[in-house]
Amino acid sequence: MKTLKFTLNGESVCRSVEPRTHLADFVRGDQGLTGTNIGCEHGVCGACTVEIDGAPARSCLTFAVTCEGADVRTIEGLRDDPVMGQLREAFNAEHALQCGYCTPGMLVTARDIVLRLPDADEARVRHELAGNLCRCTGYTGIVRAILSVLVARRTP
Amino acid sequence: MPHHAASIARGVGHSASGPVKAPAFDYERPVDVDGALRLLAEGGDDAKLIAGGQSLGPLLNLRLARPALLIDVRMLDEMREISASDNAVVLGAAVTHARIEDGNAPDPAGGLLRYVARGIAYRAVRNRGTIGGSLAHADPAADWVNLMALLDATLIVRSTAAERTIAAVDLVAGPLSTVLAADEMIVAVRIPKLSGSARVGWFKFNRKPGEFAEAICGIVDDPERDVRRLLVGVTESGSPHVADGAELLSAPPDARDGIITAAVAGAGFRCGTYKHQVRAVSLRRAMDALR
Ligand SMILES: Cc1cc2nc3c(=O)[nH]c(=O)nc-3n(C[C@H](O)[C@H](O)[C@H](O)COP(=O)(O)OP(=O)(O)OC[C@H]3O[C@@H](n4cnc5c(N)ncnc54)[C@H](O)[C@@H]3O)c2cc1C
Ligand code: FES
Ligand code: FES
Repeated sequence: MKTLKFTLNGESVCRSVEPRTHLADFVRGDQGLTGTNIGCEHGVCGACTVEIDGAPARSCLTFAVTCEGADVRTIEGLRDDPVMGQLREAFNAEHALQCGYCTPGMLVTARDIVLRLPDADEARVRHELAGNLCRCTGYTGIVRAILSVLVARRTP
Repeated sequence: MPHHAASIARGVGHSASGPVKAPAFDYERPVDVDGALRLLAEGGDDAKLIAGGQSLGPLLNLRLARPALLIDVRMLDEMREISASDNAVVLGAAVTHARIEDGNAPDPAGGLLRYVARGIAYRAVRNRGTIGGSLAHADPAADWVNLMALLDATLIVRSTAAERTIAAVDLVAGPLSTVLAADEMIVAVRIPKLSGSARVGWFKFNRKPGEFAEAICGIVDDPERDVRRLLVGVTESGSPHVADGAELLSAPPDARDGIITAAVAGAGFRCGTYKHQVRAVSLRRAMDALR
């Protein structure tokens, strides 16, 4: 076991962890934050995407011990984030989810697109979404939702 | 490691029926390169470096790797440095794909590194995956493995005993295997700068953005530096095939196809097969993209 100290959703956490425990299992199992979903556990599906030090990352490919000193935000920690608020509304309006399994990871990726690529067009949004699989929606609603937030943020 | 392990580790053609949690291992985060090298030397074959964990993570989760100790080098300052001289750009081994994509490093090849970086996996993977980890993992389909060979990059490699250099084109010993000794670590990659008038062309053949390549071909034309090279990547041996590109570059358009067919055959692919065809198309598209 190793001692792990880091910031999770704005609060400091100090726990003893097995090095083999990945961050997705840690936030779900140890911290009870079940918003982060687990799909493939080898980096392909994107369901487990969280934010580490301000950038999206796969929590299934990040061992929790490697987060020593890091600032981690899961979907729960983005509740009051204004961009996430816009995205939530847009996902709702555009029917960008059905079962919702992909949605937490999709939203973390969507937030990164909106903030990092303010000028993204549809082709770029689709390129950026290649790492988040959705088995329900066919992506059209998701792409529309993200584009609508991009456009809204461009209009003063 | 057998070649199919590379596909399994990429989640291709594999329905996971076995365990999907990593086996137990110990973990150390040394504070400097010397500390990492010491741990690696003491740990022997049972110790493994971890950088971004974006290739090792899947291998561990699928229990295709069972190291006793992981040595984390992701945060070592020396490994995250970027520097440039008149002739070369030097990237620390732990520089991430995302930093290259974002242009944090001066591009030695007129923007080609940024372009290639953007096509590697997905942003969430690029935020952690590193150039050194990608090279050491030695997937024959990995973008850096092929591009560094085309650009004639040199790896700077250290152990507790010595420092040496390895030409990128000589790194891969076979699929997922390199000429690195168990106690050696890549600390940096030195990429020669092309001249301002150089032209480069690159084509990665894959069905979905971010997937590993089925084929990769590239071409460099830099008369000022006397560099004319072509690359046929993703070979059966695992080693990128880099050859003289002068003939192809100087041929009139209607003579190109014959030269391309021969070049791909020279990389070990039999004419008339799908694998030959997909590389021939990729090389032609790399030529078309030359600018
Ligand atoms: C879904 C997915 C899609 C991907 N798609 C692509 C793609 O299209 N193209 C592509 O090129 N890659 C792709 N990758 C792989 C990705 O680029 C990895 O980041 C990279 O292969 C490994 O880098 P890492 O820093 O994560 O290494 P790690 O996973 O930490 O390590 C990989 C190996 O290298 C060793 N190692 C690490 N650092 C060093 C060092 N400095 N010296 C010596 N040995 C070292 C480790 O011991 C281990 O054996 C993909 C990965 C995923 C999960
Ligand atoms: S569970 Fe992490 S990417 Fe699929
Ligand atoms: S809404 Fe069901 S997987 Fe995306």
